[in-house]
Amino acid sequence: MTITTSIASLEVLPQHCKLCGTEYPAEANAICGECLGPLEPTYPKDRVLPDREDIARRAPNLWRYREWLPFIGEPVYSKETGFTPLIEAPRLAAHLGVARLWVKNDAVAQPSLSFKDRVVTTAINAAHALGLSVIGCASTGNLANAVAAHAARAGLPAWIFIPEDLEPAKVINTAVFGANLVRVRGHYDDVNRLCAQLADRFGWGIVNVNLRGYYGEGSKTMAFEIAEQLGWRLPTAVVAPMAGGSLLTKLGKGFGEFQAAGLVSGPSPRLYGAQASGCAPIVRLVESGGVRLVPEIPNTIARSIAIGNPADGPFAARAMVESGGWGAHVSDEEIVSAIRLLAETTGVFTETAGGATLGAALKLAKQGRLTADDEVVICITGNGLKTTDVVRDVLPQAPIVDAKVREVAALVASRS
Amino acid sequence: MPATLFLPAILAKLADAKQLEVTGATVGELVADVSARYPALEPRLRDASGEPYPYVTFYLNDEDIRFHGGFAATVNDGDELTVVPAIAGG
Repeated sequence: MTITTSIASLEVLPQHCKLCGTEYPAEANAICGECLGPLEPTYPKDRVLPDREDIARRAPNLWRYREWLPFIGEPVYSKETGFTPLIEAPRLAAHLGVARLWVKNDAVAQPSLSFKDRVVTTAINAAHALGLSVIGCASTGNLANAVAAHAARAGLPAWIFIPEDLEPAKVINTAVFGANLVRVRGHYDDVNRLCAQLADRFGWGIVNVNLRGYYGEGSKTMAFEIAEQLGWRLPTAVVAPMAGGSLLTKLGKGFGEFQAAGLVSGPSPRLYGAQASGCAPIVRLVESGGVRLVPEIPNTIARSIAIGNPADGPFAARAMVESGGWGAHVSDEEIVSAIRLLAETTGVFTETAGGATLGAALKLAKQGRLTADDEVVICITGNGLKTTDVVRDVLPQAPIVDAKVREVAALVASRS
Repeated sequence: MPATLFLPAILAKLADAKQLEVTGATVGELVADVSARYPALEPRLRDASGEPYPYVTFYLNDEDIRFHGGFAATVNDGDELTVVPAIAGG
């Protein structure tokens, strides 16, 4: 693959270690050589930031917040991603007993119908700026879909590694884009470990391994959009799913950056993280009050958030507690029930991670952690069409009738 | 027990090798062995109290040692120990 002449027009920012502060040049590396902590981009202190009106004039995609993304210059790929709907859901608010509730609907993110479109958008542009001509990922499904779709649109080859037991729809939604798709025996954590070794071996841009510092910044745009779509203000509470824990951490960072820029005022939202009971190491870390995460072997239908050894787990736990929030985990049955409740009250069909998120919100409301004064946003990060297998057997069978009015009339009467 | 230690690229430069032959009866002893030979590696492989960092994972023959006793995990002849800095979700 030939990299085009537009390389010169896009640069990525240098990075520093989130733990020890050691500085690094812009490169495909996400790990500090001094302490093995994670790297994150270093933004210039004198970067000129836009005001609300400047942002409002820009196209409805995540690049309208480009000053908070780790680049200098114009993006080359994936210019359309972002600015998904924020839907007010009064019936669901009543169900939870909160003042107002909105669904941030990344189930319709473009092009691959999950919030992973955000992180791949920043990662694929970072790969381009760094001269990497092959991208890849370790994935629980949604990231595989996103990397495959974005790579196809960009014309880049992609190597994608997934656990062998992923939902068929997620496998098909990756394979269709023509990527090199590899199914690995084991859990996601095995796939992740393999990809860390492969990034070293082949020099690929593995988006959530050696491009992770740039990749993660894409998640902040969900917070920016929530603030802008609420009319430049903050909700009192946000509930988001946790897999590796990055999204929750970056939501906090994003809200904080908008506060620091004077674009929004008032208290920061309380951050609440959701996991499945069959894989809830971050929630259990919060509940224990400890600092050392205990990894788990996942056993849940919520495969997209089934990460037993979440890299950002301790950071996510801290973000929840320091914001005044908390975590909750829910059973597989509660996940399926919440998928149906979301669909029936908002018209949004989410996958299992979204079921875990709403299920956790219900539990948090029951515990009194979400209250009647709260204005809540729940982050729906994936599309239910990718996990239809989990609801197929619990939905009522549709009756079959002859094409006769009297048969339908009898049916209507029976349901009146 | 002789075993092979595989280092990530970010650490390999401190030992001038991506893989090293190390000796010990437990993973902790393997780490102690390589730390003695390459002192620059020690603070990157274990914390001040001699325990692994939460964000650095050790795999003994592809198994996360945290499910097998941590640094106390037993090593057999010819085992492979791989060091992987924690990575992101997917």
